[in-house]
Amino acid sequence: MSRSYIPHWMHWLGSPPNFYRFAGAWRPWLMAAAVLTAAIGLYGGLVLAPPDYQQGDAYRIIFIHVPSAWMSLFIYIGMAIAGLIAMVWRVKLAEVIAMECAPVGAAFTFITLVTGSLWGKPMWGTWWTWDARLTSELVLLFLYLGVIGLYNAFEDRRRGARAASLLALVGIVNLPIVHYSVQWWNTLHQGSTVDFLDPARSSISPSMLWPLLVMALATHLYFFASILGRTRAGLLALEGGKQWVREIVAEQRA
Amino acid sequence: MVTAIQPIADPAPVTTTTRSRSPGTPHACAALLRRDLVLAWRRRGELFLPLLYAVIVTALFPFALGPDPQLLGRIAGGVLLVIVVLAMLPALESMFRADLEDGTLEQWLLAPQPLALLALTRVIAHWLTTVLPLLVVMPLLGALLNLSVKVLPVLMLALLLATPLLALLGAVLSALAAGARRSGILLALMLLPLAVPVVIFAAGAIAAAQSGMPYLAPLTWLAAALVMAIVLAPLACAAALRIAVEA
Repeated sequence: MSRSYIPHWMHWLGSPPNFYRFAGAWRPWLMAAAVLTAAIGLYGGLVLAPPDYQQGDAYRIIFIHVPSAWMSLFIYIGMAIAGLIAMVWRVKLAEVIAMECAPVGAAFTFITLVTGSLWGKPMWGTWWTWDARLTSELVLLFLYLGVIGLYNAFEDRRRGARAASLLALVGIVNLPIVHYSVQWWNTLHQGSTVDFLDPARSSISPSMLWPLLVMALATHLYFFASILGRTRAGLLALEGGKQWVREIVAEQRA
Repeated sequence: MVTAIQPIADPAPVTTTTRSRSPGTPHACAALLRRDLVLAWRRRGELFLPLLYAVIVTALFPFALGPDPQLLGRIAGGVLLVIVVLAMLPALESMFRADLEDGTLEQWLLAPQPLALLALTRVIAHWLTTVLPLLVVMPLLGALLNLSVKVLPVLMLALLLATPLLALLGAVLSALAAGARRSGILLALMLLPLAVPVVIFAAGAIAAAQSGMPYLAPLTWLAAALVMAIVLAPLACAAALRIAVEA
C-alpha cells in the first residue's frame, strides 16, 4: 500500500465545498485584522513618525508604496506556486487561487507604480524615469496583465487557468533576468542611476520602521482575506450547477 | 507514452530498410522540417510580407523624425531592433494555429517522438522562413537609416542571437495562445516582458559598438540566454501544446 505524504487536512481543504466554508469562516476575521493593523500602521506612519530630515513629510508615502511593492512580488510568487500545483496535480482549487491572485497582484503593482510616480515628482522632479527598479516593476505589471488576459481569452475556464499558470511560471524564470538586465542596461547608458531610497538597505529610524512593518503585515492580511473572498466567488462560478452550490443557495434562501 | 501510433512523418519504406516501425526522432524532425519548408515555399508570397512590413516601417522613420542623417544614424540600431521584434509578431500568432485546427497537433502528441523536439523543429522552420528574410534585408535597411558600416556586423550578430531567442520564447506564447479564441494583441502583451532582456542586451551591444567600446559582453549574455532557451523553451512549449490540444 502506498502511503500518502500529503496530510489529511490538505485533502479536506482541497475540496471546493470545504474550502468555500473554510474561507467564509476566516475571511471576516482576516479582513478585520487587516483593517486594524492598517489603522495602527497608518497612525504610526502618518502621525507618530517624525518627518524625514531630508524629505520632510513627503517620504510618508513610503508606508503605502513599499508594502505594495513587497506585495507585488510576494503575490507573483504565490500565484506561480499555486499555478505549479494546478499544472502538475490539476487541483481545481489551486487553479482558482492562482487566477484570483493575478488581479490582486496587478492592483498592488499598479499602486506601487502610481505612488512611486507621485513620490518621484517632488523628490526627483519627474513622474517617470527609466530606472532599473521602475522598469522591472512595469514589466511585472505587464506579466500580470498577460496572465489575466490569457486566462480570459479561453472559453473553458480550466484550460485557461492551466495555460495562464504556465505563463506565470515562465514569467518567474524571466523575472530575475529582467531585473538584472534592466540594472545592467541602466549602468550602460547613464553614468549614475537615480538612487532609490531603499529603506531595507539605508539605515532607517526605528520610529519609521515599525509602522512600515505593521503596514506590510496589514497588506498581507488584506491579501489573504481578499483571496479567500475571491476564491469563494471563483469556485461558485466554476462549480455553478453542482450539488454543493445548489445546497448553499438553498441554505441562503431559507 | 502511447506506443505504436501512426507517426507524423511518411512511413519509412519497410522493404528497403530494417528500421523499426516508427522512424527515429532525427528522421521525424527532418521530415517535419522539410514539410514546413515546402509549405512555406508553396506560399512564397507570404514570405515577403514581414520583410515588406519592415521596409515600410523603416521608411516611416525619416518622415516622422526628419531626414537628419546624424540623428538617424544614432537611433538606427535600436529602431531596426524594434522593427524586427514587431515584424516577428504577426507570424508568431499562426505558428501552431493551423496545426491545431486540422488535427496535426494531436498526431504530434500521439507520436512516439518527444513533443519538445518536434516543437523545436517547428521553431527552426519558423525562424528560417519568417526571420531569415528579414535579416537578409537588414543591411539595406541599415543603409536607409544611415547606420554606420562599422556597427552593421554587430547588429547582424546581435540579431542572429536575438531572433532565435525571440522565436523560441514566442513559440511558448504562441502555443499558449493557440487554444484561446483570439490572441492578436494578447500575444504582444505576453511577449513584451520576455522580449525586454533580449532587446536590452542586443541594444547594449549595438550602443557599445557605436561608441567604439567593447561589445562582446552583451552578446555573450545573449548567447547564454539562447542556450538556456534552447533547453527550456521547447519543454515549456510542449507543456503549452498539451494544454492547447486537450479539451
